[in-house]
Amino acid sequence: MTAKHYDRAPGDASRPTELRRDASFNVLVYSVGLSLAAILTAISFWAANTSLLWPPGVPLGLAALAITQMGIHLVFFLHITSGPDSTNNVLALAFGVLIVALVMAGSLWIMTNLDQNMTPMREMHAI
Amino acid sequence: MNIALTTDQFDAESLPRANEAGPAPKRVVVAYGFWIFLLSDIVMFSALFAVYAVLMHSTAGGPTGAELFDQVNVAIETACLLASSYTCGLMSLAINSHRRVGTYFGAAVTFALGGLFLALEIREFANMIAIGATPERSAFLSAFFTIVGCHGLHVGLGLIWLAVMMAQVAVQGFRRIVERRLLCFSLFWHALDIIWVGLFTVVYLLGVNS
Repeated sequence: MTAKHYDRAPGDASRPTELRRDASFNVLVYSVGLSLAAILTAISFWAANTSLLWPPGVPLGLAALAITQMGIHLVFFLHITSGPDSTNNVLALAFGVLIVALVMAGSLWIMTNLDQNMTPMREMHAI
Repeated sequence: MNIALTTDQFDAESLPRANEAGPAPKRVVVAYGFWIFLLSDIVMFSALFAVYAVLMHSTAGGPTGAELFDQVNVAIETACLLASSYTCGLMSLAINSHRRVGTYFGAAVTFALGGLFLALEIREFANMIAIGATPERSAFLSAFFTIVGCHGLHVGLGLIWLAVMMAQVAVQGFRRIVERRLLCFSLFWHALDIIWVGLFTVVYLLGVNS
């Protein structure tokens, strides 16, 4: 049996045995990734500094742009795909994203709640 | 049911046979382990992001982000890191086809761009400290120096790692173990760029708006 049923290493564009084959195609992959990331970054900087957009919507738009760009980096630079040889990498990533979401959303939720319900510092000193 | 009979009827050739394939190649195992480490590093950064988001308005009467941050400087830093991620990718292609000159060239450009990023960040920190915006000034500044400084520290360690790897390529050539270490380095470098995307959005761009 050949190695064709092996997984792909994260960061590799193909399985270990096929790595040397498609170098010129991968230059194109990296270049497309670079262009997309540069466009998204430029839009982010423009959106943050312009007065043309509705101000309360800007933070949400910036978050969407950042998440899109992270996805571009994962697909074009780290070669994380939906293919069967990349399943383990995607599962590990999914678990990481779950923990990141829990830590960030949980912290912000608890701290907002505390901020609203606890006695402010100045009043405590007055008592 | 006769088990021997049913296995005979089975078209074994059409299925992957893990027992014959044996354990996965070391390149896959090593890179996967490093991928898990990187995800745990990203989880650590998520805690720092949460801290920053909670404390970003606690300026204690001191300077705010909108007063301190220079958008042009951040844009140049972002461009440096993005370009170095690209050249790091091209370097890994040169490594896969064992092209020494391409590897050294890719590494040199990656190192120069990473070094420029770090220099700009250190200059920014020095300018802030010079006008009294030190980490002790407010909770916002403590959180800012922690999260941006932690990313900068990662970039600095990555630069040292890259220099060490080039010395290993020069001395040992493209041995399997050197290739695996270089794969881990490129994973690390791309992951740092992903974290920087979150950083410039949350810290610098949202800081201008609020």
